[in-house]
Amino acid sequence: MEQFIRVDMTTQQVTSGPLPEKYVGLGGRALTSNFVNDEVKPTCHALGKNNKLIFAPGLLSGTSAPNSGRLSVGAKSPLTGTIKECNTGGLFSQKMAKMGIKAFVVEGKPADDKFYIIKIDMNGVSIEEAPESILGGCGNYEAIQILNEKYGAKVGIALAGPAGEHRLPSANISFKDPESNIRSAGRGGLGAVMGSKNVKAIIIDDAGAKPVPVADPEKFRAAAKIFAKALLDHPVAGQGLAAYGTDVLVNILNEAGGLPAHNFTAGRIDYNDNFSGETMNALITERGGDGKVSHGCHPGCIIRCSQWYPDKKGKYITSGFEYETVWGLGADAGIKDFDAIAYIDRAMDDVGVDSIEIAVAVATAMEGGLIPWGDGEAVLQIVKDMAKPTPLARIIAGGCAIVGKLCGLYRVPVVKDQAIPAYDPRAVKGIGLTYATTPMGADHTAGYCISGNILKVGADIDPLKKDGQIEYARAMQIGTAAVDSTGMCLFVYFGIADNPGGYQALIDMINAQYGINLTAADVDKLGESVLKVERDFNKRAGFTNAHDRLPEFMEYEPIEPHNVVWDFTPEEIDEVYNF
Amino acid sequence: MTITVKLFATLRAYHDKIFELAMPEASTVEAVVTHLELPANDIAIIMINGRGAKMDAKLEEGDVLALFPPVGGG
Repeated sequence: MEQFIRVDMTTQQVTSGPLPEKYVGLGGRALTSNFVNDEVKPTCHALGKNNKLIFAPGLLSGTSAPNSGRLSVGAKSPLTGTIKECNTGGLFSQKMAKMGIKAFVVEGKPADDKFYIIKIDMNGVSIEEAPESILGGCGNYEAIQILNEKYGAKVGIALAGPAGEHRLPSANISFKDPESNIRSAGRGGLGAVMGSKNVKAIIIDDAGAKPVPVADPEKFRAAAKIFAKALLDHPVAGQGLAAYGTDVLVNILNEAGGLPAHNFTAGRIDYNDNFSGETMNALITERGGDGKVSHGCHPGCIIRCSQWYPDKKGKYITSGFEYETVWGLGADAGIKDFDAIAYIDRAMDDVGVDSIEIAVAVATAMEGGLIPWGDGEAVLQIVKDMAKPTPLARIIAGGCAIVGKLCGLYRVPVVKDQAIPAYDPRAVKGIGLTYATTPMGADHTAGYCISGNILKVGADIDPLKKDGQIEYARAMQIGTAAVDSTGMCLFVYFGIADNPGGYQALIDMINAQYGINLTAADVDKLGESVLKVERDFNKRAGFTNAHDRLPEFMEYEPIEPHNVVWDFTPEEIDEVYNF
Repeated sequence: MTITVKLFATLRAYHDKIFELAMPEASTVEAVVTHLELPANDIAIIMINGRGAKMDAKLEEGDVLALFPPVGGG
């Protein structure tokens, strides 16, 4: 049976029942965003008792479909004040799906200040006090080891790290990955929401769960095979991401003049190969030891964009070492040493903060004089101090908008108070429309227009011109909202964007699993409906079209080397959501 | 004329990552690729002076030509 579980932390009551009728047929982001829009008071304080945190596997999660193990987490964001859907790998999604749990909601707020662990297994849900050993500054890596020992090595774990306990606006929710390292539902401060409900950890144990029911197993297997082939045959999804990780983008964006540098004052640097994807591949290979060039963030991933980055002696430092993190610390904040960036990445995972928000906040703080430019050691210490947290650590973990305000700056790269990631919208105009208009605040993953603007996958649009960008940003956001509802990793897009058979196979898998007959048009409609629901929440929270704008400095500060400004008019930007 | 060639990812297996190259005036990208004996089918992203270009684009003195295989991330 499809279960819908609620845990009320005010009363510690657990309610478990069938999935409400209106959510049948929804999964992942479609489910979390509809729920948040239905039940969370849009004007509530994100850290107060009226916010609700929802976890939902995607429509295909738990099946044998490749790359279907992504989880959606939703709530009102304490960083942006908007609705938020955050997406992560790890073990949670597939375990929830196998247990028949379509969604799990944490609501209310305890009257006491104790932290709790919620445990979900086949016997039900229990709430217990969190042991002292994982509280008060215990890092996520150690907490996962302690919880593995207590609950068994195979359980799934979601953690509010030290930053989440302190309800810092950039706190993420950290998830145990297949090797007990860390994946993150990173953006928008959902770890602070979890911390505000005094939930330190959620443990999920699927021992005894049966396989996910599939209405037409033969049709499902055939479609999954075509889908897997589409991914593996594509040079980006099948080979490029495994070899170089997402960090391969350092050199491409640098060459295109769209790599934001020195707090968004330049679009190119001359030390890019210090930390490019090519260098990452070479260093991991050369150092050996624990190093792995490719690694999957969840069981069943065949794209394998993650990696294990080792130190000079071959000892593991970090995994899931992403382009956005490397860019932010390397190009935007000027930290030129790759290992220094890796140790900061590890520290961010350990304390549980969004590596994009922190990296951009750090660069802004450097412009504001709070940290010396390029000082990796100072940044590492500040990130570690987020576990205490010291006043400076609190300020940086407050996010880029807060840092900019406190430093008296006008050059503050945020939209709806969320930091702009690794692609300068002046030089890559399509992504600027996504940053401006997505209900999430600046978020490249909400409509990845880099694909057609720079990578020439799925479209071929001049990144420096406005032509075709509005329609493209609209289509990418609609498609993304649909994919985010399936439990699929967004990178499947590379494999199916130019392969209609691969895209059809994705739809065929959903149809075979549920015994339904969705068409491509239905999938588009699903994506549109998700965006409309999210916009509706934001509107009722007080957001208008005037919030769908990039920071003003981008309109009058041209960026080198192409000497371009952001030149979409407000009317043009508003066209993106004209559907 | 002299141009600067930059190679990325798997294309670095064939030559240095950056070098200068003398070519006849108005050579196309394709002519450079042929001259360097690079696998044309593996070239997915072409930039001249940081702007997207195609195989038939003509090069000028001092141009920087960047060639990438199909790669992506996000």
